[in-house]
Order: sequence, then C-alpha cells, then structure tokens
Amino acid sequence: SDRQLYDETKQFTCLDKSKIIPFGRVNDDYCDCSDGSDKYFDISFLHYTGTAACPNGKFHCTNAGCRPVNVPSSRVNDGICDCCDATDEYTSGTVCANTCKELGKKERETLKQLAKVVKAGLPMKEHLIEEARKTREEKKRKLEKLQESQRALESEAEARRRTKEEAEALGQEAKEKHRSAWNELQVAKRKEQESQHVAKLFVELDSDHSGVISAPEVQARPELDGDADGTVTETEARAILGGTVGVDLKTFQDNIWHKIKDKYMSAPVQVPDFDETTQAVIDAAEETRDDYRLTEKHLYQIKEDIRKLEEELSMDFGPHHEFVFMHRECYEITNEYVYKICPFHKVTQKSKQGGMETLLGVWGSWAGSEENKYSMMKFEDGAPCWQGPYRSVQVKLLCGEQTAVMSSAEPSRCEYLFELQTPAPALKHGEL
Amino acid sequence: MAPVSERLRWLFLAWIISMCITTTQCVDRSNFKTCNQSAFCKRQRSVTPGNSPYRALLDTLELNENSMKLQLLNKVNKVPLLLEVSGLEGNMVRLRINELKPLKPRYEVPDVLVKEPRTVPLAVVSRDEGSVEVSLSSPDHRLVLTAEPFRLDVLAGRELLLSVNSRGLLVFEHLRQRKDTFTAKVSSAVGSMWDTIRNVFSSASKKEESSEEGEEKADDTDPTAEQTDDNKAEDGEAEKVKEEEEENEEGMWEETFKTHTDSKPNGPTSISLDFSLPGVENCLTRAPAVSLCSSGDPYRLFNLDVFQYELHNPMALYGAVPLLLAHSPRRTLGIFWLKLPSEPGWAETWQGEEFGNSHQLLLHSWFNETVLGKVLDYVQGSSEEPQTDVRWISESGIIDAFILLGPKPTDIFHQYASLTGTQAFPPLFSLAYHQCRWNYNDEEDVRSVDSGFDLHDIPCDVIWLDIEHTDGKRYFTWDPNKFPSPRDMLQGLQSKKRKMVTIVDPHIKVDSDYKIHKEVRSHGYYTKTKDGSDYEGWCWPGTAGYPDFTDPEMRSWWASMFSYDQYEGSTENLYIWNDMNEPSVFNGPEVTMHKDAVHKGGWENRDLHNLYGFYVQMATAEGQVHRSGGTERPFVLTRAFFAGSQRYGAVWTGDNAAEWDHLRISIPMCMSLGLAGISFAGADVGGFFKSPDPSLLVRWFQTGAYQPFFRSHAHLDTPRREPWLFGDENTRLIREAVRQRYALLPFWYTLFYQAYRTGEPVMRPLWVEYPTDVSTFAIDDEYMLGGALLVHPVTEEGARGVTAYLPGKGEVWYDVHTYQKHIAPQNLYIPVTMSSIPVFQRGGTIIPRKDRVRRSSECMAGDPYTLYVALSPQVHTGDRV
Repeated sequence: SDRQLYDETKQFTCLDKSKIIPFGRVNDDYCDCSDGSDKYFDISFLHYTGTAACPNGKFHCTNAGCRPVNVPSSRVNDGICDCCDATDEYTSGTVCANTCKELGKKERETLKQLAKVVKAGLPMKEHLIEEARKTREEKKRKLEKLQESQRALESEAEARRRTKEEAEALGQEAKEKHRSAWNELQVAKRKEQESQHVAKLFVELDSDHSGVISAPEVQARPELDGDADGTVTETEARAILGGTVGVDLKTFQDNIWHKIKDKYMSAPVQVPDFDETTQAVIDAAEETRDDYRLTEKHLYQIKEDIRKLEEELSMDFGPHHEFVFMHRECYEITNEYVYKICPFHKVTQKSKQGGMETLLGVWGSWAGSEENKYSMMKFEDGAPCWQGPYRSVQVKLLCGEQTAVMSSAEPSRCEYLFELQTPAPALKHGEL
Repeated sequence: MAPVSERLRWLFLAWIISMCITTTQCVDRSNFKTCNQSAFCKRQRSVTPGNSPYRALLDTLELNENSMKLQLLNKVNKVPLLLEVSGLEGNMVRLRINELKPLKPRYEVPDVLVKEPRTVPLAVVSRDEGSVEVSLSSPDHRLVLTAEPFRLDVLAGRELLLSVNSRGLLVFEHLRQRKDTFTAKVSSAVGSMWDTIRNVFSSASKKEESSEEGEEKADDTDPTAEQTDDNKAEDGEAEKVKEEEEENEEGMWEETFKTHTDSKPNGPTSISLDFSLPGVENCLTRAPAVSLCSSGDPYRLFNLDVFQYELHNPMALYGAVPLLLAHSPRRTLGIFWLKLPSEPGWAETWQGEEFGNSHQLLLHSWFNETVLGKVLDYVQGSSEEPQTDVRWISESGIIDAFILLGPKPTDIFHQYASLTGTQAFPPLFSLAYHQCRWNYNDEEDVRSVDSGFDLHDIPCDVIWLDIEHTDGKRYFTWDPNKFPSPRDMLQGLQSKKRKMVTIVDPHIKVDSDYKIHKEVRSHGYYTKTKDGSDYEGWCWPGTAGYPDFTDPEMRSWWASMFSYDQYEGSTENLYIWNDMNEPSVFNGPEVTMHKDAVHKGGWENRDLHNLYGFYVQMATAEGQVHRSGGTERPFVLTRAFFAGSQRYGAVWTGDNAAEWDHLRISIPMCMSLGLAGISFAGADVGGFFKSPDPSLLVRWFQTGAYQPFFRSHAHLDTPRREPWLFGDENTRLIREAVRQRYALLPFWYTLFYQAYRTGEPVMRPLWVEYPTDVSTFAIDDEYMLGGALLVHPVTEEGARGVTAYLPGKGEVWYDVHTYQKHIAPQNLYIPVTMSSIPVFQRGGTIIPRKDRVRRSSECMAGDPYTLYVALSPQVHTGDRV
C-alpha cells in the first residue's frame, strides 16, 4: 500500500509520478511534488499531517475528544487556531488552547439536542405522514364520490336538457300561435285605419280646399323636402305629384300615398300581452330551462372540484406527502416588511404600515440538492424589480417542532431567502 | 526623410465613477458640457494662432538666484503680465505668468506641491535688443526668450525641444470691474467705479508707476479709449458699447447651462498657453483611452460623476492629473500644468484633429478647467518633421507650468515626484485581494462571505461595506438593525486576520439629530453658496451639505472623526473608502457643485474644483494616521483625484461595466494613472454595472490579479457573484488567479516601496523600460510590473491564443508557469486555455515570492520567501529586492 512508497532506502517518486526526488527531501518543508505527496505524510500513522509547504494539501487534526478533521495545509502555522487540539499551530508562536474536550462536549450536546428535536420531530413527522395518508385517501374517496356524482349529474343534466327542449318547443309554438292570430286581426284593422288617415291627410295637404293637391301646396310642406336642402322645389313637388300639376283624392290614394307614406305613418301597434294559457306554456318552458341551468352549474362545480383534487393529488408534497399540511396554509415573519409564505402557492411582502402586497414569487418547484430535493422550495416570476429581474424566492426547510418562518434575507436585490422550520423534514433515526 | 521619427505619449487622467440616479443605460451626454457650452472654453477656442499680442519688455528683466522675471505687455489692451522663469533642481523649468497688478489676488494651487521646488541659478549667456539667451544648470540646456512677439524656446545643444507661445495662444483674461449694462453713464459720468478701473488699467499700462488709488493723472487714458485714439470720442464710446455687448453675449459675467445659472462675480478670468513639441508625433493615450490625435472636443479635466461612462471619449471623468508626457526614442518630456501658488485652477483639457504632420492638443483647465486644443499647421524647420502642438486652457487662476526635461522616462518620474510627491507606501494587506459589493446586507451576510472564502480555500484580506451599511446614509454610523454589533463583526474578521473597509462620503445628511451635521454646521465648516448660506444639494441621503475640505481647520476636525471614540464601532482593522468626492451633487450643474459656490478664503469652487476630492482623501488619510498615534499606515480609496493624490492612498476607475471592452480598457487606464504618479490604481473586477458571464469574470480575476489595486465590486441590482457561485471549475480558476497574486505579494510590496521612494510607476508601459524600441510605443494590452515581469492578460472573449511582444535585443524571458525560455525581441504567439495568464520574467531579474498561500496576507507573515532568479545571457542587471 501507500506505506511501501515511502521507503527510506529508495528515491521517492511523487505519487502523481511528476518527479523523482531523493528521499531526504520528503518532509523537508519544501514542496517538490506538485501533488504535495512529498509532504505531510506521516508514515507511522498513514495519514496526512505536516507543514504548509505545498498548496492543496490536507492537514489531519486528530482532535481527541472531538471529531477528527482535515484542514487545508495552508492553515498550518498561520497564527489562527483551526484544530481544537491545537496541533495546527506548532511553530507560529500562536498559543492555542486544546478545546477539543469542551468542543466535543458542546458538539455532543448539539447532536443530542438535534437528536431530541429529531426524536420529537419524528413522531410528528410520522403523524404528518399518517395524516397525509389519511387525507390523501379521504381525498381519493372524495374524488371517487365526486366522479360518481359527476356521472349521475351528467345523465340528469341530459334528461333535463331534453325536458327543457320539449317545453321550449311547446312554448315557441304557443307564442307563434298567439302572434299569428293577432297579426290577422291587425291586417284588416290597419287597412281601415290607413284609408281614414289618407283621406285626412289629403284634406290637410289641400290647404286651399280645392279638392286637388297642387305643387305649391306640396312645396309648403317641409317634411317632403326629399333632398333635405331646406326647400321643396317645384321640381321636387312635381316629382312627388307624379309629373302632374295637381292630383285629386283618388289619384292621391292610388299613386301618391305610397311614396310619402313613411313621412306620415305612425308606428305599428304593439302586440298585446300573451293570454293566460299561452303564458303558462311559456313559463313552464322557462322553468325547465332553469332546472337545466342549475344542473349544469352543479356539474361544473363538481368538475372544478375534481380538477382541483386531481391537481392536488398529483402535486409533489414530499416522498410521503408529509408537506401536504402546508398546502393552503400561510406563515408570516415580520422584519423590515411583513413577509407571507404560502407554500405551494405564493410568497408576498407588504409594508408594516399595510398597503398593497408585492408578489415575490409564485410556486415553482422543489429546489434542494440532488440528494435532498425537499430541503428547498423555489418560487418564481414575482413582480418585476426596477431596472432589475423578476423577484424570486427560495425557502430553505429546517427541522423543528413547530412550523414557523425563522429568518428572511435578500442576498441579491430582489432574490429572497427564507428559512422555514417544520417537523416535516425530520430525519429518520438511521440518518442521524 | 521618414515622416514618423518620434512619437508622443502623453497622459492625462480623468475618470469617473459612480452611481447615479438615472435609468439610462449609457451616459447621458446632455448633462455635461461641451467646450462650446462653456463660455470660457468657447472664447478661448475662438482665438486662432497667429501673431501674439504679447511683447516681452526686456528692459524689465531682473535676474536673481531663484528666477528671471520680466514683464509681458499685451499690445492691444495694454495689460502687463509678470513672467517668472525658474530653473529647478532635477532638470526642470518652471514658468509662471500672472497679472503684474491684478485687481485682487488670483488663485494659486496650494498643497499639491510637496514643497517649494528648489531652484538653480540661471545665467544670461547672451542678449541683444530682441532676445535673451539663458543657460540652465544642466550642461547644454538653454532658454531663448524672444521679445516680439513673446516666445520662449527650450534647447538642448542645437536641438529645439519645446517652444512656448510659438503659436501665439497666450491669453490672459485680466481681472476687471464689471461695467454693467448702463453704458450711457460710462461716457458721461466719471463715476468712482470707472475711476477704479482706469486706475487699474493705467497703473498696469505704465509699469510700476503710481499704483496708488486716486492718483489718476489727467492724461491717462483708459485702454479702450487708447485703442481708438485717432477716432472721435463718440466712436470710441460706440465701440465701448459694442465691446460690452460682446462681453455680455459671451457669458463673461454669467452663463446658464440647462437650468443652472453660474454667476461670475469676477468676470472673465481664463488663461491659456500653447506649447509646441517639434519632432514629436502625437499619439496619445489617456485614461479612458483616448488618443489626443482624434478630432472633436478638447480633452476635459474637470472632476465629474458621469453615470455609465463611455470609453474613448474626451469627456470629463472623476479625476484629473494635468500632466502631459511626450516620448520619443531620444527623449521623454513632460508638461505639468498647475495653477499654483495660491489658487488652483485647472480645468478641462481638450484637443483637436491632425493636419498634415502637425498636431495640436488643447488642454483646458477648469479647476479651473483646462482644455487641450489643436493645431495649426505650424511647422518648425522641415515640413516633414512631425510636430505636436498642445494648448492648455484654464478657467481661472494663474499660469504655472513645469517643463520636465527628462531625458529618460525614469527622470520624468523622479522630476514629477519631486514636485507632487510619491505614491504612499500602502499597508501590505491593501495589495492583497478585496471583496466588495453594493451591498453586503448585514452582519450575517459578512460572516457568510468571510467563511465562504475559507470554505472554498480562496485567499481574501478585506471585505467592504458600501453605503447601505449606514443608518440612513449618515456616514460614521451603522444601521441599527442590520449592523447592530460592528465591533463583534470586525473582531470576527480580525480572528481570520482580515480587515474591513467602510464607505465615508463627503456629503453630509442635513439632519439636526445627526452629530456630524450638527458639528459641521456649528463650526461653520460647510461650503457656502454665493449668497453666504450653507450650500446644499441632493445626494444619497437626500438633502446634504458639503463640508469645505479646502479649509485646513475643517480637515483636522474631519480627521478627528476617525478616532476610535468618535467613529463608534470602528476598530484597528477598519479602513475607509471615499466615494462621490468630485463632489457628486445629483441636482447640481453637471452633477457637481455650482462653480460659484464659495470656499474658505472666498475662493470659488471654479478656482479649486478639482482639489475637492484630493482634500477629502487627504483629510481621511490623516484621520487614520492620527487614530493610531501615527504608527500605522493608512488605507483610503478615492474616486476623485488630482495631481498629488498618490500621497494619500489608492484610486479606482469608477463605475465600469461587465463588458469585455471595459476589461481591456482597465489596462491603459491603470497604466495612465501610474504614469501620472498614481501607482495604486485598479478597476472593479467583474465590472460594476451589469452581470458578467463566468468566462468574463474569470478573465477579470486573472487580469486584476496582476493590476495594482485588486478589488471585486458589483452594483446593488446585479446577482451575487462571490467567486464560488459559478461551479467548481470556475471556482478553481479564480482560486488559482488569486493565489498567484498572493504568492507575488512580496514582489508587489517591493515595487510599491520603490514607487514610494522614487516615484517610478509600478505598472509600466513597455516603453518605460525600453525607451528606444519604437515597437513598444503603442502597446496597451500588455505591460510590465516594475522592471521584471511582463504581463499580457487574456482579455478577448473565447480567445484561443494571444501574441505577446517580448522586448529587448539580446535579452531572454521566462514563462513563469513553465520556465520555458524565449529569446527577445520577438512576437510570441501563446496558445491559451481558460487557466492561462501569460506572464514572463525578464532574464537577469530576481523575484521574491511566498509560495505558501494562505487565507489572508497577514497569515503569511512568518512564511519563507522563495527567490526566483532568472538568468540572463548578459551580466547581472543589478536588480534589487
């Protein structure tokens, strides 16, 4: 193994094979091998230790009483205590106390504390998982029920549509009947009225009572100004009179009236209200239409519910759906602003004095590392910043007994970072 | 004869920085003046080259051990000037021109020169009725002063180096009383005002005669009348009227830009002077790399906060150094245009186009403002000889120009440093890596960035806090919610041997509950308006006052605010950053202070504008020195700067953008600053505005690692970009670049020590080391660090290779990564990958490194040095370590 490479009787070959040096240069505090293999290698313990001579090397702190660590070799004898056992400062003159015992104790306490939290958190997490499972099953059941209702409603709606259409046809028929009866009556009535009207008009136009309407009499009627230029010229008058100088009542009735009728006819008389029987048929049709609409609305609602449920069931609430309890919840923290985090929905901020909310981001995705993608939430496409990007948010999940926002920050302009504590990410026992 | 025998390299610096309020994506030029929109610049530029109206009165010549003095008389207006010429130790000539009897004192720039320069005696070599020849101390250098028209030539042996006023552009607007618009009265009444004016003119025109007021003689005539001697009195008056109208038209007594009116109680006061450099082909680069050969507006030197500045544009920027360098294989020359003694004044610089072989630069100064103008086809001797003409224009003050005679580039640096001082020797940590962002949000954010560097094993020395760390933009305070325990936070950084820098800007929130404001107001330390009230403008905190940093008493009060008991929460590892110190005034003309604002001693901002930022940094640095009882070196970063700013800390190139062009331009910008004395300069790594893609960010880290001031910075609205946020491979590349910086820290520290001792720049154009190699002259994508390393960063997107020029006949260069040897001179093609940073060590040099790179520079204090000795085919070159 490695030990054989450090043979004092032979020349030393750098482990990266970059150079061969006399063995005397091994551990001489001058860096010969570009990989640093001529230094820091404590043959007796077979682990890295030594000086800062080579870049990229590692110094091993045993840290008895605490955790052993490897620090970059550049930290050896730099006047700063890096190893709790003080072994990294052996020539710098800096006096480092051995704090391993204390540190180890503290670390163990921290671990214990963490374990406690995890221990407390785990049942909570399990509870959450169980709850999530129940909720999920419930939701699935609800979905099935809804789907059942949907099917029932769909056939009901179909039946109602048919009823409605039939009733509507009846109503339409009754309306038609009513209208045509009225129309027949009206035709006769109007004829009579019209002839009376024409006779009356003739007398009115015949202003000199000569029994003949002459061109000057027509010229005196401003409403007959065909080209709307303000005067009825003789030519215009004659055109109205069919090229003659005057017309008698008969000619007026037969040839002239229809030309000027629109200027003198009053609007046709309104169709009177439906009689009771007709109205009853129409009302019945209206009722079936309302029934149908109601059913349709109900059906739409159910479809919406189904869509939402399906969406929810398809959302990623964690490996065991343990984050589902945050869905539709919001958590606030107040620092410079009041921030509101609504997981799986959006993040907003508003001034402590109230006022408009600013959207910092809408739910994007889980964004943790590959090993643990559920350690970070990402919200995107918030309100744009002045001269800057669209706001966005990252929410880091920490393990804790309560669900609460622990901190807020804006590391870059318009990029927010929050820490949200919750039992949901608690580690399993084996992961401690 | 080859038309191109020499080239001129010059240098100016102007920068910009900053963050402003508009929403535009590029600079809004309409907010800033062109030369034509500035009355004095327009007036000056309308003066065309030709016969100068100035005659040197040789009979007034006085020579003493310090200088030669004589009068220059303007034949047109009869106003006499006093010219003082001195030879200075170190091969320099100083020229000062002021009115012989100014109506009141004119501003002469204080505090920029480290001391009154030591003079060397001049001697008259020969003299006739039309000229005087004077010898300078250095062997064959002579000055020839021609009387009519006035002109001054500087010669080395038989070679003409430089001519002054050869194009006749000396203009000196004398102080005058305002005639006002009631012209009728002028002709009839001899009011007291008119008497005064006449006294001034008459005493001026009759040298040394009765300068006492009221001693007016009957036959003294006012200058305008004199001009029209032959005419009838009415004609003379008519002309006077006309002249006054012209004056009013030209905005001599008032001008308006956009909605801002500039009252000008002193009237026209601008000055200009031309210099011609025969045998010098104009090819200038400058801060935001602008060739002064280009046509258009003159190069403007007026410190302004220009939002999202443009590259390759002569507009003003955050800072300015009025130094022009001309380099040819035979010689390097410099012209330093200071409005010194007494009031500042500098101005804008502008310059013009090329005609044939001659070039003109117009420098114009507004600190006056100074402008560099351009060209007349003035040809000295052979018409094939190139020539560069330069003209400086300033809005006020006096003419005070230093001609640095070289002859070698290093001589120029020594000469300039002897005038304005050398680079402050920075504390070691400040040469390491700085992590900045607008803003690290709170103490927890700082802690996590700090530990991010450890986690990813990337060295870092300093974490920075921008304006959001304060309580409502009240500097010297902390936001009580986000930074409730700054001492603990600073202690946390100290435990990693890291530092912090907080921002302290010079605009002070007007708030009667704010200690700093209360004290500034009660001491009367605020800059005043022309009417005498406290000047107020808008900046980050809303309404703000601007302490008068030109007042030494105010500066020592300001310095005292940095003591640990005054700046609450501060500790030994806290350092300072001064931003917005042009000063930036969001609602002011050109986003800065009104020119008629009034400073200590009654001087207008117009006179000393470019000194404001210089003084802010000076006072802040003094505060840091004082808080440690004078035992610790300060670190202060500034955005605005002027000649001499190098004595107080570092400068950065302001608000750049995450674009490849901005990465490339960082090289000539930092080189220019170095040539102008400011070695400690850098550009925001990654680009301030916008967001870099990972390859640009990596290339920027690689480039920044080899530039003097190495700091990442980012705008508030950009996504986070700490080095580990772009995947393992990019993290590795950035780590490697930063580690290369740390390994070379002993080398950087040595270079800065040399810069501090000698004034020689840390980051150098190749021609500084190879002054006779013409092919180095135009190179601005590679450079040298000291005399030993040549760096050619990869600054092209997707580059597969770069071509580096390795200079030096008979020399060799070694690739620092592979130790491969290359013979010089050659153009070497280097294939590159994303990890490549082409760097070469010069044969015959020794570079000290610390190869154990740790998390901060202080952690490396006790580590061994490794000397990298590069052999040369020649004998040892005498390198120092």
